[in-house]
Amino acid sequence: MSSDLFPNADTPPLADNSRRSFLKQSGGILGLALAPPLASQAERLTAYSKVIQGATDITLRVNSQAHTVRVEPRVTLLDTLRERLDLTGTKKGCDHGQCGACTVHINGKRTLSCLTLAVMQQGKEITTIEGLAKGDELHPMQAAFIKHDGLQCGYCTPGQIMSGVACVQEGHATTDAQCREWMSGNLCRCGAYPNILAAVREVASQSSKG
Amino acid sequence: MNDFSYTQAATAKEATDLRKATPAGAYIAGGTTLLDLMKAHLAEHPQLVDINQLPLKGIEQTKDGLRIGALETMSDVGEHPLVVQQYPAVSQALLLAASPQLRNMASLGGNILQRTRCGYFRDAAFPCNKRVPGSGCPALDGDHHNLAILGVSDSCIANSYPGDLSVALTAFDAVLTLEKAKGKQRQVPLTEFYLLPGNTLQRETVLEPGELIVAITIPAATHAQRSTYLKVRERSSYAYALASAAVGLDVQGGTIRAARVALGGVGAQPWRSREAERVLTGQPATEATFRAAAAAALQGARPREHNRYKVELAQNTLVRALQQVAG
Ligand SMILES: Cc1cc2nc3c(=O)[nH]c(=O)nc-3n(C[C@H](O)[C@H](O)[C@H](O)COP(=O)(O)OP(=O)(O)OC[C@H]3O[C@@H](n4cnc5c(N)ncnc54)[C@H](O)[C@@H]3O)c2cc1C
Ligand code: SF4
Ligand code: FES
Ligand code: FES
Repeated sequence: MSSDLFPNADTPPLADNSRRSFLKQSGGILGLALAPPLASQAERLTAYSKVIQGATDITLRVNSQAHTVRVEPRVTLLDTLRERLDLTGTKKGCDHGQCGACTVHINGKRTLSCLTLAVMQQGKEITTIEGLAKGDELHPMQAAFIKHDGLQCGYCTPGQIMSGVACVQEGHATTDAQCREWMSGNLCRCGAYPNILAAVREVASQSSKG
Repeated sequence: MNDFSYTQAATAKEATDLRKATPAGAYIAGGTTLLDLMKAHLAEHPQLVDINQLPLKGIEQTKDGLRIGALETMSDVGEHPLVVQQYPAVSQALLLAASPQLRNMASLGGNILQRTRCGYFRDAAFPCNKRVPGSGCPALDGDHHNLAILGVSDSCIANSYPGDLSVALTAFDAVLTLEKAKGKQRQVPLTEFYLLPGNTLQRETVLEPGELIVAITIPAATHAQRSTYLKVRERSSYAYALASAAVGLDVQGGTIRAARVALGGVGAQPWRSREAERVLTGQPATEATFRAAAAAALQGARPREHNRYKVELAQNTLVRALQQVAG
């Protein structure tokens, strides 16, 4: 696949994580800035730092499955999920941290996938909207959104649901006012807020009883 | 975003070495400011040094106060029992900021270094003295309803730090530990960390290129324990402050023994008001005293057409915050 976002996706690796590529990309500048002996300085740095430049294979754990993808360091987690892993449930609203449509869980915490790089999330457990249901059995939050009609166009919905699940787990959905405040990172252009609130609050009250 | 190389640094020494080798590079922590700016081409770096593996974590009592590692997240610090009990204003400033998702990602170090939300700065189609030196400031006669009225200059009226945390840290005499190279640490009080818009608009803090924020230490004090952060904005959540106040009082027998006041949203930088503190100290904790302090805090204001309302808004915010802590 070759696109604007992934111009190097098909080209051979520009660099690997080896010492040679590190020297190639920064040797000149190192030479100016660091006192001699140069080589040993650079060698020591690369002994423990991992330099990634250009399209590089990385491994992400998404919804309990390991995926190896080839991305440049500048590719966000959101674009990797949508464009490379075909996990298009996670939506791109603003791409600037302002709407919450891209919300996923990283190591159990709700996070904006548009403002983090895929390379930064290796070794973490990433959960997207596709990972919530167990086979045909919907997650209670998904079921509650259907029951309470917590959506109109549906564009914000995956983000709302991911945020709602976390909000309940965090214990931040115990009153309407608290739930509104802690769901405020997810905007809904259609204004389905009252029904979203009803869905999240219902799941919260079920889980505190259960 | 421009193409860049990415390195995960394992130690502070490695991080500072890497930045020394590539001065145009940048550290990345949560990424919520940096990637936002890089996507808009407002920042371009050939190299990002990921500092998340560095041991800049921990929230602990020390003899100098509560020491918080620069990589602690806004969520974890905002909800930490020691912060909630001993520095309520700091906890509130954190939890009233951004959104739960952003707070899970954002580090305290990154928060302190966030950039202005001036619309012209963020839109490369416009000139902006801060972005392109000498190009002009369209905000002066344009939309500046959300910009600063205190500490502004004729070349820039932005609130260079638009956020909340540093307002509370400035009020309660927090000190930053900075590290430029191994063994080269220095302590800088928050009140001396930010620079007002002078001849070098691009230089917003005293942080040197490649220098790391290692930790934040907030001294223990009665006025910090009895404190609050009041934030006024255009909607009730998930928005920057139009005006905010971090205040703390030590009141004994109705008399104010010690006071701390800082304002957000109205200053070119987080705005500590020693004028207001002087008016409060030794006086009865009454509305009349609070009004006098608020007048003193805004005395030097230089509002323009569309942010004139902030003079009164900031005064009322401060009075209400003081009333809240006075009980
Ligand atoms: C939509 C939105 C709304 C927001 N609302 C608010 C709000 O209401 N109130 C508020 O206070 N903030 C708000 N913010 C700002 C947010 O709090 C900051 O983006 C965040 O705190 C930055 O932290 P980070 O770890 O993500 O920083 P990064 O983006 O990783 O880094 C920011 C800058 O700091 C540098 N840096 C990071 N850590 C260090 C370190 N330890 N030493 C030296 N340099 C370092 C980086 O090089 C970079 O230049 C908002 C942000 C967004 C996107
Ligand atoms: S106020 Fe400052 S940041 Fe905004 S346009 Fe003017 S110079 Fe740029
Ligand atoms: S797409 Fe990430 S917050 Fe809008
Ligand atoms: S349902 Fe349309 S944006 Fe929320």
